[in-house]
Amino acid sequence: MQKTIYTRLRDLITREQPVALATVVAGDDIGAQVLIQPDHAAVSMLTDTALVGLVQQDALAMLLRGDQGIQTYGARQIFIETYPPPATIIMVGAVHIAVALTTFAKPLGFRTIVVDARGAFATNERFGHADELVHAWPDEALQGRLHSNTAVVVLTHDPKLDDPALLVALPSAARYVGALGSSKTQAARVIRLREAGLSDDQIARLHAPIGLPIGGRTPEEIGLSIMAQIVAVRNGKSL
Amino acid sequence: MRDVVDAIDTWQQRGERVAIATVVRTLGSSPRGVGAKMVVSDAGNMAGSVSGGCIEGAVFTACQQAIRTGQATLMHFGVPDESAWEVGLACGGTIDVFIEPLGISE
Repeated sequence: MQKTIYTRLRDLITREQPVALATVVAGDDIGAQVLIQPDHAAVSMLTDTALVGLVQQDALAMLLRGDQGIQTYGARQIFIETYPPPATIIMVGAVHIAVALTTFAKPLGFRTIVVDARGAFATNERFGHADELVHAWPDEALQGRLHSNTAVVVLTHDPKLDDPALLVALPSAARYVGALGSSKTQAARVIRLREAGLSDDQIARLHAPIGLPIGGRTPEEIGLSIMAQIVAVRNGKSL
Repeated sequence: MRDVVDAIDTWQQRGERVAIATVVRTLGSSPRGVGAKMVVSDAGNMAGSVSGGCIEGAVFTACQQAIRTGQATLMHFGVPDESAWEVGLACGGTIDVFIEPLGISE
């Protein structure tokens, strides 16, 4: 592995940025590598630009799925390893349900980020168990944090806060987007989101009313239903 | 890779040269999945793992050689079920491990 490629890979892994590394393990150019990042030009030791393009395309698809393994390109076998960012749940609205959801998320292997501009809600006392507390408007807070391993849970119950979050989250790479509210609330929300310019496909991505139908009433039960739905989506089950 | 970065940092700061071994393919049951890494330095240090301990010895030697020659190689460990216990892969699976030196400079 070239030092420049290792240094770059190490830096990206340490900062938990998504990256894939492709290595020729059999055939010509054994040991040659290509470092691939979403939205960046590939760093390549291979000079065949058509091959690099194919590898880049496959690597990005595998990164999104969290797969890795050997792919065959003509006489070359290329091992593609992927480093997706850690699974993260971003909660918009530091409400009681978010307290419960944060508790459930940790043992299931999710990072938790709680976003609320209202300082009285997003306190360390209530969210000492969250990995990060962000005091900002949701659309600002979400910028740059949404990737294929992110779930966004919108819980404020206030269209002034919920809608800007959804307008950023639904067109993004986030794997899961859900919003609290009854079917009636959801119907009104769909109209607003469409007026704000979202496509029908983008709006259809929204899980609302949020959570699996387990008859949850308390914040803890609703938190559990949301948690279960996020796990189902992570495991490729549509519920 | 995340689990071996600290070891690589420490060894490189001491001026040691490093090789990286990566599980690139497995067939049948194997204790470490694809992507598992073990790193070795020319001073004889080792971190991470590529199996349950069965092939680490051979991989260690291959890593030392890769540091000396600068050459990357693909190693194949395949064990039929009946002799699996003797050779080490108790699972009877096969593992391909890619060995590469980590460059000091370009």
